[in-house]
Amino acid sequence: MVTYIIRRLIWAAVMLTIVSIITFAIFFLVPRLAGATPESLAARYVGRTANAEQVQIAAEKLGFNDPLVVQYGRFAKGIVAGADYDYGPGVEHCPAPCFGYSFLTRLPVWPDLLDRLPVTMSLAFGAAIIWVLAGVATGVVSALKRGSFFDRAAMTIALGGVSLPIFFTGIVSMVVFSYGNPFSITAPGGSYTPLLDDPVAWAYSLVLPWVTLAFLYAAGYARLTRAGMLETMNEDYIRTARAKGLAERTVVLKHGLRGALTPLVTIFGLDVGLLLGGAVLTESTYSLPGMGKYAIDAITNQDLPKVMGVVLFAAFFVVVANLIVDLLYAVVDPRVRLA
Amino acid sequence: MKRRTTTGAAALGAVLALALSACGGGSGSTPKDSAQPADQGGKAEFNAALTGIVNPSDKKGGVLKFANEGDWDSLDPGDTYYGYSWNFVRLYGRSLLMFKSAVGKEGNELAPDLAEGMGQPSDDAKTWTYKLKQGVKFEDGTPITSKDVKYAVLRSLDKEVFPDGYTYFNDFLDLPKGYKGPYKSKGVNTDQAIETPDDQTIVFHLKQSLSNFDYFAQLPATIPVPEAKDTGAKYREHVIASGPYMFQKNEIGKGFTLARNPNWDPATDPNRRALPDGYEVTTNVNADDIDNRILSGDLDVAVLGTGIKQAALGRVLGDPTVKANSDNPTSTRLWYTSINGNVPPLDNIDCRKAVQYAANKVDYQTAFGGEFAGGQIATSMLPPAIPGHEDFNLYPPGADNKGDLEKAKESLKACGQPDGFETNIAYRVERPNEKAAAEALQQALGRVGIKVTLKGFPQADYFALYAGKPGFAKDNKIGLAQNGWQSDWPDGFGFFGQIVDSRVIRDTGGSSNVSVRDPEVDKLLDQAMAETDEAKRNAIWTAIDKKVMEDAYVLPGIWTKTLIVRSKNATNVFVNDAYGMYDYLGLGVK
Repeated sequence: MVTYIIRRLIWAAVMLTIVSIITFAIFFLVPRLAGATPESLAARYVGRTANAEQVQIAAEKLGFNDPLVVQYGRFAKGIVAGADYDYGPGVEHCPAPCFGYSFLTRLPVWPDLLDRLPVTMSLAFGAAIIWVLAGVATGVVSALKRGSFFDRAAMTIALGGVSLPIFFTGIVSMVVFSYGNPFSITAPGGSYTPLLDDPVAWAYSLVLPWVTLAFLYAAGYARLTRAGMLETMNEDYIRTARAKGLAERTVVLKHGLRGALTPLVTIFGLDVGLLLGGAVLTESTYSLPGMGKYAIDAITNQDLPKVMGVVLFAAFFVVVANLIVDLLYAVVDPRVRLA
Repeated sequence: MKRRTTTGAAALGAVLALALSACGGGSGSTPKDSAQPADQGGKAEFNAALTGIVNPSDKKGGVLKFANEGDWDSLDPGDTYYGYSWNFVRLYGRSLLMFKSAVGKEGNELAPDLAEGMGQPSDDAKTWTYKLKQGVKFEDGTPITSKDVKYAVLRSLDKEVFPDGYTYFNDFLDLPKGYKGPYKSKGVNTDQAIETPDDQTIVFHLKQSLSNFDYFAQLPATIPVPEAKDTGAKYREHVIASGPYMFQKNEIGKGFTLARNPNWDPATDPNRRALPDGYEVTTNVNADDIDNRILSGDLDVAVLGTGIKQAALGRVLGDPTVKANSDNPTSTRLWYTSINGNVPPLDNIDCRKAVQYAANKVDYQTAFGGEFAGGQIATSMLPPAIPGHEDFNLYPPGADNKGDLEKAKESLKACGQPDGFETNIAYRVERPNEKAAAEALQQALGRVGIKVTLKGFPQADYFALYAGKPGFAKDNKIGLAQNGWQSDWPDGFGFFGQIVDSRVIRDTGGSSNVSVRDPEVDKLLDQAMAETDEAKRNAIWTAIDKKVMEDAYVLPGIWTKTLIVRSKNATNVFVNDAYGMYDYLGLGVK
């Protein structure tokens, strides 16, 4: 087990390195192949009034004249050893892990990411609790009452939930519940209060994003759970469990649901991992200052250090989530052995 | 079925909310004194805040809530270049001069702020002297001196550290050769550019005559910065206030709050009333969310002042009650099409005139959002809000504004292209409005045989590599180019300086002027810059406008208008023409 974890961690590091190289290439190699010059790359960092000389100085200062390998090496070195940045009156050290320095906000990226993480975690975990409880419960009941009115209604709603984009359900939910037309029972529009500042306000500001995001995911989970349960409940070991005289509740929850959980655990891990990298649409719709909003703002402003930072951060969560999922397999399904 | 019911309930709720909002409407009036409430108020109506103060009140207290759909370019007064930011910065910073906090055109007038009076020119307007008021302090109680103003201006010259700002001082101050600001050129004597003979006097020395230097003196770069507390690029995180409010909290990328500055002395400041106790500003907020929250009364001001978005447009214009609580100011921005005389056959003035006559101005206006959210059809370059503007139209596009095709055909004959010609039109691919306007022009010109092909280019390199690079434009037959310009201040120099002066066009590209090449226009510009009599100067701006239109180098599209909605909670709401949006200094809380 320990060997397995160490091996997976090494692979995780390799994977993150590959992701960083690919991301770096997308933002620095591809534009060059398309004809961008060091000066044109630097132009977006020097404001609207810069002359040619100022742009050239900026290109040199930002290292855009160096070979790409050198530029990537500098970026990687910053993550491991930190980097120094000139802020005018002096030089500031950006401690490791230094994911770069936004030349638009003049702030290092890493503290920004740490600052945004609690918002995204609040959103992701809160919504995950709702969608797992609602989705799995609905899926189990639908499977047990297959063909009933509840089953058909639940699956129809689930289909709707999967189909409707978050920027639609999000806006509709705010129109109905936030702006006083007709209700004003949730936080007015997009806002966020940190958990430690005021737990009640934190929940109040997040309840709509939670429910909206959970609606999207719960729908998929309900359909997956239903399909898994239908398959599992026809297995021989379920018949054996019933023959042994076990209570139906025990048969369903302990034997049936556990068997149906394996694919759910896989997808849950990936979903949460992806969301921790930023729920872009939800955070944008509700103006939540999380990783997703950070990413979309960085892309809009072409603030490359920020984009690089957020991509690597998101990749880290996906890799870690995959590792946890693999470890959980052994817990959920006794037939799985890690080696 | 359930959704349909919910939608119906939402619609009913919207109607009720709109009806309630009418109860919160204020009164419109025309003040005699700039920042004072009107003696008499009337019922709030559409555009009431363009000519009067809506909800006049002296009540102090409360907090105003602002939201920005993006991030601030910078809160550092030496590094910010947006109109909304210059409007807002007056809450925490005091420059030498400022635009009056006043309704409409009166807001275009300059007034002393840190300075005791307007600038005193000498040496043919190459030297400008300002005397500072006594008793003005920073938020920490330190007295503000002329050296703090000088330091603020000098640091702003460093465009590596402060890239967001303008280069007016870099371009005009008589600086020592190679001077790069106080960080990189430490110890260099800069008295040849700015002198501070005593703590209350500051003298600016320019390389050339500049009759309207007072507009430079109102720039946020003249807001004093204490050298001991300057943190360069990081100063934006905590600007030391000299105005009535100071930073209480500042989380860049999320927002900030302002609270009262205990060391601001109203006796030194007749321009600011400082009614609210503070301001809460949230940044990076969904634009549609901002509109909805203003309409519901949860939010007070969309700080960008660029108007409500398409999603809420129908809701405001379609309901008389809501519309009565909104305003439609014209800004000092012109959207236009440059007609490049370097690209044949547009080197022939009659071919350029054919483009002028054939254009469909109504479709052009629609492309930018229509009458309310887009703008007013422009007949010349200089916007109505800028002194020197005169109404004239050298190329009347017919009674319906859709083009005079007969005149266009006559011009084509005179140009030697009776069947039309082919050319390309450039636009910025990230700007759907520009593309739509280019398509409208393509259709309109096609009616007289001028075949136009659309060419989209990335906006980051639009002027540097494509439409603004003379060689590229000529080689690629970019005869037409979508363009736009907003004046940095309501004055002909701020509007024309960068877009009609042929001397700013560089072979290496990068100039916003891609078409106007007329030595006579250049001469007029020089005359205006040296003319200290305001009336005579304004007459020269008019002459420049007419000359450029005679040359037919520019097809004016629209003078931008925005539809902005008044806060339900705010008092003293009025539009200041200097910014083309609500005046943020005047606002109070009910």
